[in-house]
Amino acid sequence: MNEAIKVINLSYSYPDGHKVLKNINLNIYRGEAVALMGPNGAGKSTLLLHLNGILSGDGEVLILNKPVNPKNIKWIRSRVGLVFQNPDDQLFSPTVFDDVAFGPLNLGYSEAEVYQHVKRALEWVGMTGYEKRSPHHLSLGEKKRIAIATILAMPCEILVADEPSSNLDPRSKWGIVELFKKLTMTRVIASHDIDFVRALCQRIIIIDHGEIVADGSVDETLSNHALLSEHGLAATVNTE
Amino acid sequence: MKHSFVDKYSDGHSLIHHLDPRVKLIFTILFILVVIVTPPERWWAFLSCFLILLIMVGLSRVPVIYIMKRSLLVLPFIIVVAISVPFFRGGEIIGSYSLGVFSVSVTNTGLRIFTGVLTKAWLSAVSLIVLTATTPINSLFKALNQMRFPKILIMILSFMYRYIFVLYDELLRMKQARDSRYLGIGIWQNIKTAGSMIGILFVRSYERGERIYASMLSRGYDGTPHILSELRLSKVDLTFVCLSGLYLLSIGIIANII
Repeated sequence: MNEAIKVINLSYSYPDGHKVLKNINLNIYRGEAVALMGPNGAGKSTLLLHLNGILSGDGEVLILNKPVNPKNIKWIRSRVGLVFQNPDDQLFSPTVFDDVAFGPLNLGYSEAEVYQHVKRALEWVGMTGYEKRSPHHLSLGEKKRIAIATILAMPCEILVADEPSSNLDPRSKWGIVELFKKLTMTRVIASHDIDFVRALCQRIIIIDHGEIVADGSVDETLSNHALLSEHGLAATVNTE
Repeated sequence: MKHSFVDKYSDGHSLIHHLDPRVKLIFTILFILVVIVTPPERWWAFLSCFLILLIMVGLSRVPVIYIMKRSLLVLPFIIVVAISVPFFRGGEIIGSYSLGVFSVSVTNTGLRIFTGVLTKAWLSAVSLIVLTATTPINSLFKALNQMRFPKILIMILSFMYRYIFVLYDELLRMKQARDSRYLGIGIWQNIKTAGSMIGILFVRSYERGERIYASMLSRGYDGTPHILSELRLSKVDLTFVCLSGLYLLSIGIIANII
């Protein structure tokens, strides 16, 4: 079986009873680049947090054919890299080096291995030389790159990114696109930025009110204007 | 936004900046101990302690005025704590005042202890300011780690340092948003707004804490913090710790026997 992620009948409610995810079924194959689109509050982030067991609702999630459960959790978290939307939440150490080293240290790597992984990850995102900088003094684009490096320093096979292009100026955004294009692992990218999705993904899953409402190829989905505007992803007025 | 009000000079290059942070930490702790055990009114001892701090500040090329200004910040706290001492100690009365039905008197011993407390607290504060002004906070954490300070406390400290700027930015943005809509309502309304701003800041920080924890878990955090430390002691460090230690210890001992 070539499934990287398999979600079976997943439902999740907030403690106050509000249903965020309703009976989600999903297969994502190895090496695929999938966009998860949907309006604000559709449940995208909640779904992403299930992929490495931060949240656990009713239903089953399989990562690389292993169920997400307390026994596997450490292995799963080393294979699924989650890039959070706000890099200020992801970068919590006094220096960039400490932040990128956090994952490898938790995996029990030796000191030499930690240095090597941090170096390689920072090279990947083009941030070599930033090791001693404090995250607070970086621009948002730089912070997003470092946040991606914190994931690449781990042996992850699935990259899950929550709105990696949000709040970025066009130059930084296309910089992130270039970066993601170099990656070959399975990618799941939550976004409502159509340019970004078109540049990076082959497949689009649209989620609205906690349900999957569309699942298809990029060309097919993005040319369906009625579908996009129905779910708040395109302008409802004709601008031409 | 960039803020440097916390550690403006700690990234400098000087003899003092390049000392091993552990050495500076030990020096500071020893300094405070000596200041505490010195009996009040041994002015020469306090002066000698102050002198070594002055030498360090001079060598580090941090402006003296910066250190002094910063040290004034702690005075109100010390005064609040120590203000009652001159009034409630026994001893020779050197002045009494009547405030309506109450009458208070200041005693000789009380005043002596008060000035002693003030001097000691201020000197200790200056020594801590010298430490933080000449040591990048990250090296300080590494030093604490190598000196077997509990890792979880180091993590809490490092979060505090990381997020104090983020919180400050958030507060500034909230203040700007308030000021853009502030049309000169009364002071009472102003206090109410400040109250709700503090509340919002608390809730946001709490939520941010949850998200940070989720991002820590995502990278395999299992409750045991791991910190890399690669500090090495040099000859300069050893010389510094021996000389300053000897100096401080002799002050402490002489001040206690004469």
